[in-house]
Amino acid sequence: MTRAETLPRTGDVTVTQTAFRKALLDPQQAVPDGLTNPDGQQASKRFSVYRNNVVHGLSEAMLTGFPVLAKLVGDEFFREMAKVYLRIHPPTSPLMMHYGAALPGFLESFPGTLHLKYLPDVARLELALRRAYHAGDAAPVNPDDLTKLDHRALMATRLQMSPASEVLVTKWPAKAIWDFNMKGGPQPKGGGETILISRIGFDPVAELLPDGGARFVNSLIKGCSFGTALGLATADTPDFDLTATLGVLIATHSIIGIDKPD
Amino acid sequence: MLDIAHDNTLPNGAGVGYKPQHFAALIDNPGTVSWLEIHAENYMGDGGRPMAQLRHLAEHFPISVHGVGLSIGGETRLDPEHLARLKRLVDWLNPAMFSEHLAWSTHDGAFLNDLLPLPYTTNTLTRITAHINEVQDHLGRKMLLENPSSYLAFAESTWSEPDFLREVARRTGCGLLLDVNNVFVSATNLDFDPRAYIDAYPLDLVEEFHLAGHDEDADEMGRKLLIDSHGTPVDEPVWTLFDHVIARAGARPALVEWDNDVPDWDILEAEAARATRHMEPALAAQVSA
Repeated sequence: MTRAETLPRTGDVTVTQTAFRKALLDPQQAVPDGLTNPDGQQASKRFSVYRNNVVHGLSEAMLTGFPVLAKLVGDEFFREMAKVYLRIHPPTSPLMMHYGAALPGFLESFPGTLHLKYLPDVARLELALRRAYHAGDAAPVNPDDLTKLDHRALMATRLQMSPASEVLVTKWPAKAIWDFNMKGGPQPKGGGETILISRIGFDPVAELLPDGGARFVNSLIKGCSFGTALGLATADTPDFDLTATLGVLIATHSIIGIDKPD
Repeated sequence: MLDIAHDNTLPNGAGVGYKPQHFAALIDNPGTVSWLEIHAENYMGDGGRPMAQLRHLAEHFPISVHGVGLSIGGETRLDPEHLARLKRLVDWLNPAMFSEHLAWSTHDGAFLNDLLPLPYTTNTLTRITAHINEVQDHLGRKMLLENPSSYLAFAESTWSEPDFLREVARRTGCGLLLDVNNVFVSATNLDFDPRAYIDAYPLDLVEEFHLAGHDEDADEMGRKLLIDSHGTPVDEPVWTLFDHVIARAGARPALVEWDNDVPDWDILEAEAARATRHMEPALAAQVSA
């Protein structure tokens, strides 16, 4: 029925998906034999439609997923960097919502951005914000339920943490950089941060935790009792500010359940 | 499973590919849009705004779940994790329809985020049949298989695309999704008559139509090369081909896809309204018949 069917065969040329895939991601590779235009001739430009689709689709997905990184290096540079990245780290699943997980490590050694040492931390923050966006739903506890517990009950309690909550410890002021670029915050300065990422309603949030906050919150996430988490945090940081940390956890809707001991 | 009040089947009217930026406008004024399609892979997160919007939409519209990541045309086995994710979504949403592509997208552990072509041979027929059987068994429902848009031909192909699709459907019991724009794009790129393709197509197995825009380019020989870009209005010759399809097949649920340079809601709704208008004579005949 189609013209292609009536054409003389160019031979039994099987194009494997391994060959197709290799040529897709590597523009230096020749187009596999056996792919033709309607006249049975080699179809290089036609193959490059697929090449362009793959590169364009993946680099645009990264541009959408890392808005602050793209702003820091410029969209044009970001797209060129994404082209290098996607050839080394193509997606490993069809869930594009999480694509780019290896970008922080990639940026640690990418020659084009070695002088921008804060980029990997910014990438980590943007990935965490995306994870929070897609995390499971949970309603925050009423803070009164926490404050009305006496000391002994509180220490024995296990707090259930929101599936959106995680802690990021950075070498560079990633949240300050994010705020400066997305919310018109003050000029970023200083060194590393301890950042709590969570979600209020449907909107991801990032807030700074005081010293010792990472140990405390990570212990809660692991399922330690309140008392154990507090002990671990104060062992590391004798002047750990529990009140400030709890304030951040409550404000960010990070506590979703209070398991009292039997 | 979601508790849905409306009749959970796709009506013989126009639907659109859902875009989150249209959420408020669509709820406010759906116009002639009577059903929605979502891409399965965008709704495989655990929760958050996307899932909440989908739950809300499903209460108001029949939903067609369109997969872009199963890689049914892949040489290797289907990804069991992805199949499990799909089942979780379908079991929860209980959509009116599930469809996927005659294409592959994953190989050697890499998902390439594109619908890649395959030759039509006895070998690929066996493979596609096994994969569709696996999907239908796993989901516990019938699926629709969509014809691809092609930029090149495989020298090794021994089946025409309509015959290949007919045989896949015969062996698996799956239905077909006829993408009219894909037919036009492939016909231009591979130099065949799109009407002859439609005439050879098993239209009785078609349960859904797709319409979309394409871009125009040229290959190194200066031949016209159409790109299935989904970023423009449906082209006039595609509407004409759509009329030919309707004249032969009657009205079916017809979807307008617009995935890039997505316009404001009223422009997308107007495209859907046009699809409805093209089907009105056939619908009137179907009602009176």
